[in-house]
Amino acid sequence: MKNSSRRGFMGKAFGAVAGVGAVASLYAMKRSWDPLPSVKAAGFTTLDMSGYKENELVTEKWRGKPIFVLKQTADMVEKAKKNPKELERLIKIGDAYYLVCLGLCTHLGCIPGYNPDEQSFLCACHGGLYDFTGEVTKAPPPRGLDIPPFKIDGNKLVLGEEGPEYKKMLEAGTTLRA
Amino acid sequence: MAHFTKATSLHDWLNQRLGIDTVRRVMATEYWIPKNINFLWAMGMVLAITFGLLLISGIFLLMYYQPNVELAFDSVNYTIMQEVGYGWLWRHIHGVAASVVFLIIYIHMFTGIYYGSYKKGREMIWISGMLLFVAFSAEAFSGYMLPWGQMSYWAGMVITNLFAGGSLHADGLVEWIRGDYVPAQAFLNRFFMLHVLLIPLAILGLIGLHFGALRIPHVNNQDGEEIDFEAEAAKYKSGDKAGSKVIAFVNDFMSKDMMVVGIYLVFFFYLVFYHYDFAMDPVNFDPADGLKTPAHIYPEWYFLWSYEILRPFSTDVGLIAFAFAQVIFFALPFLDKSPNAVPASRRGLFKYWFWALLIDMIVLTAMGKLPPEGIFSTIGLVAALTFIGLWIILPFITKMEKKA
Ligand code: HEM
Ligand code: FES
Repeated sequence: MKNSSRRGFMGKAFGAVAGVGAVASLYAMKRSWDPLPSVKAAGFTTLDMSGYKENELVTEKWRGKPIFVLKQTADMVEKAKKNPKELERLIKIGDAYYLVCLGLCTHLGCIPGYNPDEQSFLCACHGGLYDFTGEVTKAPPPRGLDIPPFKIDGNKLVLGEEGPEYKKMLEAGTTLRA
Repeated sequence: MAHFTKATSLHDWLNQRLGIDTVRRVMATEYWIPKNINFLWAMGMVLAITFGLLLISGIFLLMYYQPNVELAFDSVNYTIMQEVGYGWLWRHIHGVAASVVFLIIYIHMFTGIYYGSYKKGREMIWISGMLLFVAFSAEAFSGYMLPWGQMSYWAGMVITNLFAGGSLHADGLVEWIRGDYVPAQAFLNRFFMLHVLLIPLAILGLIGLHFGALRIPHVNNQDGEEIDFEAEAAKYKSGDKAGSKVIAFVNDFMSKDMMVVGIYLVFFFYLVFYHYDFAMDPVNFDPADGLKTPAHIYPEWYFLWSYEILRPFSTDVGLIAFAFAQVIFFALPFLDKSPNAVPASRRGLFKYWFWALLIDMIVLTAMGKLPPEGIFSTIGLVAALTFIGLWIILPFITKMEKKA
């Protein structure tokens, strides 16, 4: 009797030590899978907004991801003004309006293609559609194209920094934090 | 201490130390297999052989492959394919085997479903088999990343994005899995590790479990007959081999098994030498480019059915349907409420259920390959709903089944 309770105690003591060790090593394993600090401290991309042409899609790069820049034509701005949900998505720099968004489908991350005649984006992977402001018009994508954190700096746009215009978009639910 | 005598032969020397006669008896000459089975029961051995082919060809590929985003593509498409003597052979064996192994797995699974080999004590065989299916799926996916072509990159992007869980928007989890915001060096390296070490280890362990699970219930037979293995084995050992319902695994059964394996290998190497292209997606011969999606992203053929279950729905519903499809086969032994373990043809409604499921999965596979437009979208949606519906009605139709 005495013996078996001593073994029971030893078993429990071992269990406790092993348990602590297991949790600690799981934590170490989890941390080893984390993105490296050098990856995390990903840079900022500065775009000079004066060079873009109307209704011509340009793809820039930020944190390895494609960024769509689409300068809106007067027509598009007119159309967008009729629909506040669309207008909210555009960034105004000087007198011009731009769509600046992640070029990754919000469904599963393919790159949609832009059709300048129809002024819409088609995602070939599962057939999602977006309009010229990146608002979704046909499922499966659950929401419009995400807008990266940005700060307006004169005629320049800094991606990766959260300016007041971006924070407003977040609050209004225009975009999720990308 | 055990007593050892002077060995009379090498065999005896080993036998005293390792008990090789006992091992041989337990594993081979007195492991009993029913006579009443057909070539479909050779699929397990075909799978084991195909896994062996994957392992050997993989070892040679590993000698020149470079898990680096700058070098990976050329190390495969230039070094291995053009410079290494017979490098193309290993690559084609590996590619063809990775594709064919799924064909055989599906045949093996549907054989089990047809003959009811997943119940009456065979549940653990089925569950370990499904774990093997999951492990092989992970192995195939991680291997597909390695050439770092366009399909590698974009399949990696799309599949890891599934872990964001739709509206849960768990981007942190996705980035954690990738080790980066997008698939990049950290991603390639960790999937390389998974492909060449961790998952193969898991597969080896699972194959052991699968075989172990077969030991007590033994394999099923064409009539689902409950055989008294001890009585039949005794008959066999007493010399009444013709009257016994069982044969020994070695040599009796193995010689038949190997006959099927031989035919399979002829077909397999025909594919390796003359038709390897079906296993090599042309899009993956373009190097990975994070700023350009291929016009159509589709997985290899063996994932198409579950991909098509994801596709016709909005993100969240699609993800739930997809998750359902991934796990539901595990539950088969528990959703089938009938006590009958006989071929589907003798089981009333289950017979139709079996063929409906098989045809539905073929339709899903075909639709998954076609662009998601117009009529194809509709057929895909109907087939996806049918798949879910079939699994929902399974407990009800099997409950109604009469005792066969
Ligand atoms: C590469 C992976 C696999 C290997 C190497 C393998 C190997 C084997 C072998 C050697 C047998 C005995 C011979 C036979 O009945 O064919 C067997 C039986 C069986 N396997 Fe697998 N298997 C694999 C995957 C699977 C999968 C994915 C499933 C389904 C979930 C599965 C379900 C079964 C069942 C139900 C049996 C029993 C058949 C019977 O009793 O008639 N196996 N397997
Ligand atoms: S990834 Fe764009 S529709 Fe699915």
